[in-house]
Amino acid sequence: MSQNRQMADELRGRQDSVLKDWVEYQLSALTMRRDLLKESDLREQSRRFLELFSEAFSASADSSSSSWKPVKELLAEISRTRAEQGFTPSETAIFVFSLKQPLFDLAQQRAGHDVKKLAEMMWDLTVLLDKLGLYTTEAYQESRESVILRQQQELMELSTPVVRLWDEVLALPLIGTLDSARTQVVMENLLQQVVDTGARIAIIDITGVPTVDTLVAQHLMKTVAATRLMGADCIISGIRPQIAQTIVHLGVNLNDIVTKATLADAFLVALQRLGATVSRNAPPHRDSAGGGA
Amino acid sequence: MERIPILKMGPYLLVTIQVDMHDRVAMTLQDELTERIVAERARGVLLDISSVDVVDSFIGRMIGNIASMSRVLDAETVVVGMRPAVAITLVELGLALPSIKTALNVDAGMALLKSAGKMSGNGRLTR
Repeated sequence: MSQNRQMADELRGRQDSVLKDWVEYQLSALTMRRDLLKESDLREQSRRFLELFSEAFSASADSSSSSWKPVKELLAEISRTRAEQGFTPSETAIFVFSLKQPLFDLAQQRAGHDVKKLAEMMWDLTVLLDKLGLYTTEAYQESRESVILRQQQELMELSTPVVRLWDEVLALPLIGTLDSARTQVVMENLLQQVVDTGARIAIIDITGVPTVDTLVAQHLMKTVAATRLMGADCIISGIRPQIAQTIVHLGVNLNDIVTKATLADAFLVALQRLGATVSRNAPPHRDSAGGGA
Repeated sequence: MERIPILKMGPYLLVTIQVDMHDRVAMTLQDELTERIVAERARGVLLDISSVDVVDSFIGRMIGNIASMSRVLDAETVVVGMRPAVAITLVELGLALPSIKTALNVDAGMALLKSAGKMSGNGRLTR
């Protein structure tokens, strides 16, 4: 332990030269990203880290002890900002690993010709820095995962609009793969809209759903059943030829559900059920279609 | 002991559930409703569950049973005002109740009962 303290004292005493060496190593490393990080910022980060590092090192060489908490907090912060800036994990971890060289130099100078002592010090430093390096990577991973999670949520909110086509007719254009979590959001959205608008017919359009497997089919059928329990009818539209083949090959029974090939067909059925008719105006001008209830 | 009132509206019976549906309450309702259908010679039952926000499998099955029983007694049952959360729960419980008729609110349910004679193919009202 006293050896640590001596080493830490020396580190603090020669902080400027160690810092200079370290920053140079980082700048010369192949993974240095000058486009993302300014040299002055790097120098400031390195200085703060070295200060906290020597303080913690004088207390204990075990990185899991409480004295290393401020060091880890700083590392986590650095990892987080670098992950957001677009650094790769190795570019982030090199921050800690490049400190090995200056510290080994320091250890060599302290140990002199005592090989056994040198080996001991090197080993302690290696273990310590490796742990800190791994911690950096973990923190990096965590911040990346939180970004992915946030994007997933945003995507989920974006991708489930319920559109009103007519009095008492709603459409739900589905885009993207349906999983359980998304189906839940879709179902809740649709049912809430049915209550809010008093809709009697809901059209689920699956033109944008790339594949339909048994699970997706089951999710669809659940949504249809729930809508029916609320007192509204459901029509599924936008079934592409391949999907029709898949559904039959999978043995999924959609017999109880009204299905149409296109949204237009489904809309026509909905209007008919509401007693509305669509007709063209008498002199057939080009592109002029009129609708009336 | 809580009881659910059964109101007579012309040839129909109106049941509005506004208390927590305990199992006992549900059983009593089932008894009383079947008796009233016979006594009043009702042609239809309107079951309003818009105030019910929690259901379990027993209550779900009860609703299905009530509908089946009244059909045996020649009275059509329409369940109206089911909340989205309740609908999702019933479907997740596997109780999609395919044989019962549903409507969004009491108005739509009444219209459905009145047109009981002229149902379209899928059991829904055509205007």
